[in-house]
Amino acid sequence: MTREEIVTQVNDLLAEEFEVDAATFTPEANVKETLNLDSLSLVDLVALVQQTYKIKIPVEELRSIQTFNNLYDYIESHLPNE
Amino acid sequence: MKNRVVITGMGIWSCLGTSLDEVRDSLYTGKSGIVFNPERKQAGFRSALCADVALPDLKPFIPRNMRQFMPEEAQYAYMATRQALENAQLDLDYIEKHEVGIIYGNDSVAEATMHALDKFREFQDTAACGSGAIFQSMNSTVTMNLACLFRLRGINLTASAACASGSQSIGLASLLIRNGLQECVVCGGAQEANMYSVAAFDGIQSFSVREDDPARASRPFDRDRDGLVPGGGAATVILESYEHAVRRGAPILGEIVSWGFSSNGDHISTPNVEGPVRSLELCLKNGGITSSQIEYINAHATSTHIGDIREAQAIARIFGDRNVPVTSTKSQTGHEMWMAGASEIIYSMLMMKNDFIAGNLNFENPDEETACINVVPERQETHFDMFLSNSFGFGGTNSTLIVKNL
Repeated sequence: MTREEIVTQVNDLLAEEFEVDAATFTPEANVKETLNLDSLSLVDLVALVQQTYKIKIPVEELRSIQTFNNLYDYIESHLPNE
Repeated sequence: MKNRVVITGMGIWSCLGTSLDEVRDSLYTGKSGIVFNPERKQAGFRSALCADVALPDLKPFIPRNMRQFMPEEAQYAYMATRQALENAQLDLDYIEKHEVGIIYGNDSVAEATMHALDKFREFQDTAACGSGAIFQSMNSTVTMNLACLFRLRGINLTASAACASGSQSIGLASLLIRNGLQECVVCGGAQEANMYSVAAFDGIQSFSVREDDPARASRPFDRDRDGLVPGGGAATVILESYEHAVRRGAPILGEIVSWGFSSNGDHISTPNVEGPVRSLELCLKNGGITSSQIEYINAHATSTHIGDIREAQAIARIFGDRNVPVTSTKSQTGHEMWMAGASEIIYSMLMMKNDFIAGNLNFENPDEETACINVVPERQETHFDMFLSNSFGFGGTNSTLIVKNL
């Protein structure tokens, strides 16, 4: 997947799952704030990434994902080789 | 001095409709809510008959992060409770300033539990279950969700008593109010309607297989009955002390006169006569009511061979040859299980308030054992002021309520 494809797909998934307009997603926006994630619903972000990309985000690494760009980077760098 | 307990609000989400008016009309016209569901047949069900219950859309009412905690039956219960609170003229502002409790019947969350554990097993990771899974898969999911959504701060309790859960919840709430421990309690029963919730039930061959004629499959007390039809949804009644209701100017619809209960202490699935008899007797005794005062009986009868016989015999034992009209609204709804004890109070209330008794659908011929009671096959236009409602469940749990018109 190209970076552009990842961004588009991730945004679509997040918009649907968390019921937030994708137009509010900008690369430097804070993921938790934009998606209204609390400590419980953050688990749904982990589950969504795991179920879609087969990528497990460990708790300690989750803390480093602050912006949408961080999230795209994480997924891009952990995608299994095709 | 004990408090009188009154009903001030009702709400329902059922296969007969999703508003009180719609359900009243369905009862009046004898509509059946039973359908044949091909998906169940394909999945391996012996009987693909079930009630047709609409899934509500909660998006306009509840934000995503709270909906995550709600399995199917909590969604039904939310819709029923919204209606009931509105019907009782209880708004959030009043609830925030007063202690209102909740006791609701529920006895399974099969589908939500299954989905969560499927994810866990597929990904071998507990986080894959998602944030809502733990709250969705607990038996008390309905009361935990509704208590948070409606800001209820009194008793917060789930009654799990198999197919008597809804009735026991009303009985327990009435007991607390009668004794002055609560002034107002939201109560009711909820039942998931998805196929996973009843797959094991189908497996013990309890369901009617009259698949070519769904509307005629549920036929309580009829000679040719061949099993129950599973249903679902939710029903909520608002109970409060008479004084509390008068004080806040609430509409008073009826009075919970009495609650009776018993356990068979016998077989896990085969009912007996003695257990239900003791529940009926206790209910009459607790309310200081004689059997001659009961003008209508809403039977538990689910359309199973042995269950209907035992209930008919129990009713005959108490009511003798008084010829009290008896019907089972399960002939229209199928068996609403954890919800049934509450929904059948609402069905009976709607009939009492509108001067009719809905006919027991498909009652064409009694058998030798059910001929001892007066099952009413056709709708009767009649006024009545006091009814009795039976609910019995697996494990021999029995609950009986008597309600008076006000």
